[in-house]
Amino acid sequence: MDYTNLAYVLSAVLFILGIKRLSSPKTARNGNAIASTGMLVAIIATLISFDLLDYKLIIIGMGIGGIIGILFATRVEMTQMPQMVAIFNGFGGGASALIASAEYLSNYQNNSLSMFLVITITLSVFIGTLTLTGSFIAFGKLQGFISGQPILFPGQQPFNALLAIGIVVSSYLLASGNLDNLNTFYAIIAISALMGITLTIPIGGADMPVVISLLNSYSGVAASATGFVLMNNGLIIAGALVGASGLILTNIMCKGMNRSLANVIFGAMGVPEEASKSSGKQINIKSSTTDEAAMILDAADKVIVVPGYGLAVAQAQHAVREVAEQLEKMGKKVLYAIHPVAGRMPGHMNVLLAEANIPYEQLKDLDEVNSEFEDCDVAIVLGANDVVNPAARHDTSSPIYGMPILDVDKSRTVIVNKRTMNPGFAGIQNELFGFDNTVMVFGDAKEMLTTLHKDLKEL
Amino acid sequence: MDINILTVFILAIFVGFEIITKVPPTLHTPLMSGSNAISGIAIVGAIISTKINSDISTWLGLIAVIFATINCVGGFLVTDRMLKMFKRK
Repeated sequence: MDYTNLAYVLSAVLFILGIKRLSSPKTARNGNAIASTGMLVAIIATLISFDLLDYKLIIIGMGIGGIIGILFATRVEMTQMPQMVAIFNGFGGGASALIASAEYLSNYQNNSLSMFLVITITLSVFIGTLTLTGSFIAFGKLQGFISGQPILFPGQQPFNALLAIGIVVSSYLLASGNLDNLNTFYAIIAISALMGITLTIPIGGADMPVVISLLNSYSGVAASATGFVLMNNGLIIAGALVGASGLILTNIMCKGMNRSLANVIFGAMGVPEEASKSSGKQINIKSSTTDEAAMILDAADKVIVVPGYGLAVAQAQHAVREVAEQLEKMGKKVLYAIHPVAGRMPGHMNVLLAEANIPYEQLKDLDEVNSEFEDCDVAIVLGANDVVNPAARHDTSSPIYGMPILDVDKSRTVIVNKRTMNPGFAGIQNELFGFDNTVMVFGDAKEMLTTLHKDLKEL
Repeated sequence: MDINILTVFILAIFVGFEIITKVPPTLHTPLMSGSNAISGIAIVGAIISTKINSDISTWLGLIAVIFATINCVGGFLVTDRMLKMFKRK
């Protein structure tokens, strides 16, 4: 009986059960504990069943990694979660590439590497290294170390094509038996690292949710490839689960923006900066005050709050909850409408609102909430723009045409809070702001909500 | 090539798709950090590669152990921290 592989099966089962429990916020925390138990089982089984392990090295490595992991996990702000996930993806990909490299470097001389092994090692090194460098660029962009704007240079696409050809050629050389040519192997690492960078820098800040999801998927695929190298079921199964998860999230994010994956990755390169056509239209807006907003809200029965990333930037989540609680005290029904791309990663806005103690039953996603606007008295739009632009429904010339949006304009009144009249990420004017049923309240989201809360209490 | 491990890989992808499509959008961030932690399974490979006895491989193995541990420990902890915040009324 092969106890090691039995243990890996057990840990795979625990991972699957753990993810299954993520289907509800009630059981999710328990699910995470189950999945981490699965990891513990896999680690212990590995430690006791392989001979000649360098335990001193392992303890040192786990000690260092553990401390860094704890520091990251306990210090990170919820707004910084996308950066942290990005950098963790990078570590995962990097680990896989390092393991495959170690396998190659210790075996290439004695000709014990089969063609299959060479191919899987190359795959693992390629995906893992690309994930590592790509993730660090994504981290840099999200953290503001690198410009969030797409970074373009002349000949970018031919250069990428050249890199791709370079990878294919060097992989072919390695697989066809030139094993002892270390330079070919190093070339694969170098080209992969470069590709991770050149594929990530042209992607703009607003598209980062797609990139992080994709890199998440890659880190799983890299682990699977390493599993093929080591013939290890534990790595193969866990890697496949993560790969599938990342791919599903990537797909959801692309749908949320009505763009294809190819368009997100290569979009900025092909299209030159085109001035938006609809920006020429003059929009007459009605500017208003919090007093007036409070009076409109006083007359309402049902209120839907639409939070955008601007809300999180202004750190206004707690202020929003105070206003919502006041409204509930006044007998009104309050819901939150969350667009799939409202934050900087899938589900980001939900975490930010949960942090402010907003009960998760009130958080509604796009499909659930759009029918609710029909009989909604007031929709409060906070720091969201493109995701509530009705042009997406009818204006075929709009860059966001076809993107699923929250139908806030169907509410009786829409209160929009913005800092200024500057257009959103897509750089387009929002016709919603000029609608008859829209009232604009300008100012910082947090200050505005705090004043609104006071005004509501004084009614 | 061993067809068994390919079978395992493909079936695991299908299981992944089945269970992950059932995770509600509210929990997509914890799903991501949690699956991130699961991809730290590379730690198993990292541990094994410390035994390959050649100097350079051992050092690569050590760095791999560090990276993968960051992933596991950090990933599961931060996921727990987030999930703790999801409260009912």
